Amino acid sequence: MSAQSDTPAIRQAVIIGGNRIPFARSNGAYAKASNQDMFTAALDGLVARFGLQGQRIGAVAGGAVLKHSKDFNLMRECVLGSSLASDTPAYDVQMACATGMEAIGSLANKIKLGQLDSGIGGGVDTTSDAPIAVSEGLRSMLLELSRARSTSAKLKAMSKFRPSFLAPNAPGTGEPRTGLSMGDHQALTTKAWNITREAQDELALASHKNLAAAYERHFFDDLITPFAGVSKDTNLRGDSTIEKLGSLKPVFGKSLGDAATMTAGNSTPLTDGASAVLLGSEAFARENDLPMLANFVDFEAAAVDFVHGAEGLLMAPAYAVARMLKRNNLTLQDFDFYEIHEAFAGTVLSTLAAWEDEEFCKNKLGLDAPLGAIDRSKLNVTGSSLAAGHPFAATGGRLVATLAKMLHEKGSGRGLISVCAAGGQGVVAILEAR
Amino acid sequence: MADKYLELVNSGFTKNLAKTLGLPRPSILRRYEPGAPLVPGPVLLLGGSPQAQNISDTLLGWGLDVRRHAVGEGKIGAIILLLDEVSTPGELSEPMLAAGHALRQLAPGGRVVSISRKALATDAPALTATRSGLQGSLRSLGRELRGGATANGVVLGERVDATAPSAIAAVRFLLSGRSAYVDGQFLEVDTTDGELPANFEKPLAGKVAVVTGAARGIGAAIAATLFRDGATVVVVDVPAAGDALAKVANQVAGTALQLDITRVDAGAVIIDHALARHGKLDIVVHNAGITRDKLLANMDAARWDSVIAVNIESQLRMNETFLGAELPGLRLVSLASTSGIAGNRGQTNYAASKAGVMGMVTASAQAFAASGGGINAVAPGFIETEMTAKIPVATRTVARMLMPSLMQGGLPLDVAEAIAFLASDAAGGINGQTLRVCGQSLVGA
Repeated sequence: MSAQSDTPAIRQAVIIGGNRIPFARSNGAYAKASNQDMFTAALDGLVARFGLQGQRIGAVAGGAVLKHSKDFNLMRECVLGSSLASDTPAYDVQMACATGMEAIGSLANKIKLGQLDSGIGGGVDTTSDAPIAVSEGLRSMLLELSRARSTSAKLKAMSKFRPSFLAPNAPGTGEPRTGLSMGDHQALTTKAWNITREAQDELALASHKNLAAAYERHFFDDLITPFAGVSKDTNLRGDSTIEKLGSLKPVFGKSLGDAATMTAGNSTPLTDGASAVLLGSEAFARENDLPMLANFVDFEAAAVDFVHGAEGLLMAPAYAVARMLKRNNLTLQDFDFYEIHEAFAGTVLSTLAAWEDEEFCKNKLGLDAPLGAIDRSKLNVTGSSLAAGHPFAATGGRLVATLAKMLHEKGSGRGLISVCAAGGQGVVAILEAR
Repeated sequence: MADKYLELVNSGFTKNLAKTLGLPRPSILRRYEPGAPLVPGPVLLLGGSPQAQNISDTLLGWGLDVRRHAVGEGKIGAIILLLDEVSTPGELSEPMLAAGHALRQLAPGGRVVSISRKALATDAPALTATRSGLQGSLRSLGRELRGGATANGVVLGERVDATAPSAIAAVRFLLSGRSAYVDGQFLEVDTTDGELPANFEKPLAGKVAVVTGAARGIGAAIAATLFRDGATVVVVDVPAAGDALAKVANQVAGTALQLDITRVDAGAVIIDHALARHGKLDIVVHNAGITRDKLLANMDAARWDSVIAVNIESQLRMNETFLGAELPGLRLVSLASTSGIAGNRGQTNYAASKAGVMGMVTASAQAFAASGGGINAVAPGFIETEMTAKIPVATRTVARMLMPSLMQGGLPLDVAEAIAFLASDAAGGINGQTLRVCGQSLVGA
């Protein structure tokens, strides 16, 4: 007990495994499934895979980007409906598309500090079962009505009703401060970095081919549990061709005219799905005879000023990676796998271009030399969001579980994860093989 | 899925109506429940074997009320015919007639169990005729029993006597509710191997078992039964059935392994999972199977080949891997089918695979015995599952009511009980056998 340093010993947080349900295009196979249905299914599949029935897990953390107000305790409700012990605490996290990464990273930190022995992190989203809000006018009227005591006050409140109040407010992917959709924001960035249509289509094609090949070699047999009759991501087009992708018309950045390059093929579609990742201390894994796929080494968040045009909306991960590499004494080339979330093909390619750009790295990242190019054969080798789809909060869990398994298969090395998010944010992480 | 007729003739107003009309009335079978009595009344032990005292002591040790002579008018729970010493056909007369005299006292769900010796081609004709004759007689007796009672036998090999562990275990299985849908069958005990469990309610305590095709139907029932009997269960099914599989895994507190068993490395994946996650592998139940029925004249290669690949080739390949891994005491149970015994129209492919399974267990017995284990098969008859619920109603009624002595289809649980018994260490002296769970169906009798 004596002569110990002030710094508590930091232990490893290991990724034991993951589970997700297949991702399904919006208003398709999961049109009638709620966030709670989907995350509970992901959780129960994880419990079944690792034999966690009736166990108390340290914490379940996760969330949804599009959430009904009734789901204020979404994760806890999912735990209560699952096969986990009901004394498993759970809390909701919300950080747009980085929700899953933030949830998993924070759990890893708690495990490293010895506060938790185990944790399940992840996320879920549905754009099919999206919350629809009443109009501001109707909301004000109803609130006034509930405050009214006398009959006359009630009648007065009701007299404010206008037929236009009945128009519902559906959530969109528009940025509140710019009014631009995420795709239109990315279109500006894509153009600024001179990313060609061909390069974007090639990245999209590679995503589909890689995901299809991974299914083919049974890679997902212990990462996915079917849901609602779906056993494979419904957005996957393994037989897509560069010609087919080339024939699609641009859907974002139309104001750019002929310079518009972003199509439905090289942008992710709206998707429904859920994912969960099991983490633990080494002791927890050993005591429960559970596998240890990878260490969760570090993670970093960044945000950029996209509102005033200083940076592209989805470029924050470029900054986060630079800081995280420095902290860990690593170069961008010190990785065996790169999992860069394909919100749009243009996002991935703009980020890669930025890391290679001397001026950007010097002026924006404050580096003496560019981070440099990566070996593209190590990028998204089992496919990514362009093929699998992107149920916002569920993408982090998909990436962490997939990368951890790839690292474990290889048996050595490390992998980099990069996820961009709305609001000009991003979260990146480093995993290390075991 | 449920047999409505069975419910109607056993309850309320329709029960009396069925009685008045003289309709056939299948009984609700006596099935095993933990803590319930082994048999529904005293046991009448008939036959003059020198082993009678030992058997009697064993039964008394189980808390049974054992009678050596028929007495009084009360119900009896079971009749045991200890006939391992009979050597001439004439000697069958006394015990069989004594059993017949007591039959009217046999309680609903009662049992007749014979213990005899194997009929061999190398013995004297009179001896073999006697032993064969007893089996024929017992099967006929099975067809005369009512009220869900059954008649089965234990057949001893040359160097085995009636007190061998597996002989004792087989008698107990046949007396109990675990054998509810086993009727007119003989379990052959060929060696003195096997060990009786410390606790007959948890005969699989400490065992790690793998069940393939466990997402639904019979496979899910097998997983639940092995779990009930104390095993840690790994449930396996194709990735596409993963959601149903996860539910089964969570019900039996086991682990789910999504795996296509036709993969060349399926056996290795199963071993890796069992050893890494549960430390060992004691039991494998090859339950996964498919049907692709078509008259042979209309059969295409896809239908034929997929049935052969899933139902038999995968098992042969996995067994090679299991043997190579030299897992100590590994016990396998494989699903055959009465279609493989009697043949079934439209199932030339399926019958090839299922008769193939029976051939496989016969020919693999020695290899598995070498590492202290064994391999057997269970051949279900008509079982009430989602699959058989799709059979046209007329065909289904014939299969479930007219064919079996028990006048009803079996439940997935009935198949699972037989598998759990054969998978247990107590069945160590039973190897290379196929046990039918068919309610004594005429099919393939």
